[in-house]
Amino acid sequence: MRAVVFALLLLPLLTWAAIEVHQFDDPEQEALYKELIAELRCLVCQNQNLADSNADLAKDLREKTYEMIKAGKNKDEIIDWMVNRYGDFVLYKPPVQSNTLLLWGGPFIIFLVGVVVLVRFIRRRPATDQHLLSDEERRKAEALLRGEDEEKA
Amino acid sequence: MKARYLIPLGVFLVIVGFLAVGLKLDPKKVPSPLIGKPAPHFELPTLYDPAEKISPEKLRGKVWLLNVFASWCVSCRAEHRVIGRFVQLGLAPVYGLNYKDAETDAKAWLAQLGNPYEAVIVDREGNTGIDWGVYGVPETFVIDKKGIIRDKIIGPVNDEIVRDRLVPLIRKLNEEQG
Repeated sequence: MRAVVFALLLLPLLTWAAIEVHQFDDPEQEALYKELIAELRCLVCQNQNLADSNADLAKDLREKTYEMIKAGKNKDEIIDWMVNRYGDFVLYKPPVQSNTLLLWGGPFIIFLVGVVVLVRFIRRRPATDQHLLSDEERRKAEALLRGEDEEKA
Repeated sequence: MKARYLIPLGVFLVIVGFLAVGLKLDPKKVPSPLIGKPAPHFELPTLYDPAEKISPEKLRGKVWLLNVFASWCVSCRAEHRVIGRFVQLGLAPVYGLNYKDAETDAKAWLAQLGNPYEAVIVDREGNTGIDWGVYGVPETFVIDKKGIIRDKIIGPVNDEIVRDRLVPLIRKLNEEQG
C-alpha cells in the first residue's frame, strides 16, 4: 500500500516534459518575454494568448519570441515581425487606425451619450426644494419630530 | 403614441442589425497582411529529391499556387481531390508545402491519395509556414508572375472556391505581363 502511494506521488513528475524552460541573460529579457507572450494572440485558438495556448503554432511562436529576445531584438521589432506575418489580428492591443477607430472610440461615444441622457433626465425633474409640504403638514411634522403626539396634546 | 416610445424598438433593430452581420462573419478567416506583398523567401528541398531546392525566386515568370498540407491534417484529405481536379484544368501548377510532417508519413499519404503537385516542398520545422503566416492547415496561396501573393485561401479549397474565386483570378493573372 505504501509503495502504491509513493508511486502515485511520483506521478506528477511525468508532466515535467511539457514545461518549457527558457534561460534569459537578465531579468529585463524575461520580463519582456512574459509581456510579449501575454500580449500576442494565438491564431489557432483565438481567445487565448501565446502564453496560455497549447497549440503547436503557439509553441513555435513562443520559441520564435524567445529566440528573437535572445538575439537582442526589442519589443517593437518583435511585434513588427509578428504583424508582418499574421496581421494586426495577432495583437491583443490593436493600434489606433482608421479601421479600429470605432473599437477605440466606441466606449467614449457610449459614455458621452450616457452623460447627455443623464443630464437631460436630471434637468427634467421638478425642483425639489419648494412647496413639498403645505404649512399645515409642516406643523404636523415638526410636532411629531418634537415627540408630541397631536392626539394626546 | 409618442415618438420616444419607439426608441427601444430602434435600439433593438440596430442591435439585430449588428448581430445579423456578425453571424455571417467567420472569425477564423483572418485577413492576411501578405496579400499584395512579395512571397516570403525560402529555399527548401523537395520531398522526392532532397538535392533539388525550390525558392519563390525560381518560380518567377509564371502564376503558381502554394498549397500547404500535412498528412496529419484531416481536412487536407477532403481538399486533396479538389486540388487534383484543379490541376487537371491546366491553368497553373500547384506546389505542395508539406508542413511539419514526417517524410514517410507524407510519402505514404501521397501514395495513397495521389500526387497532383508539380513538386512537394518540405518544411519540416515549420519556419517557412511561419514566414508565410500559416496558422491553419490547409492554406492555399496564389502567386503571380512577379512573385506577388495575390490571394490566400484559409481552410480547405472546395469546388465552389475553385470555380468562383481561383479560376477567374488565375485567368486574369495569366494575362498579366510577367
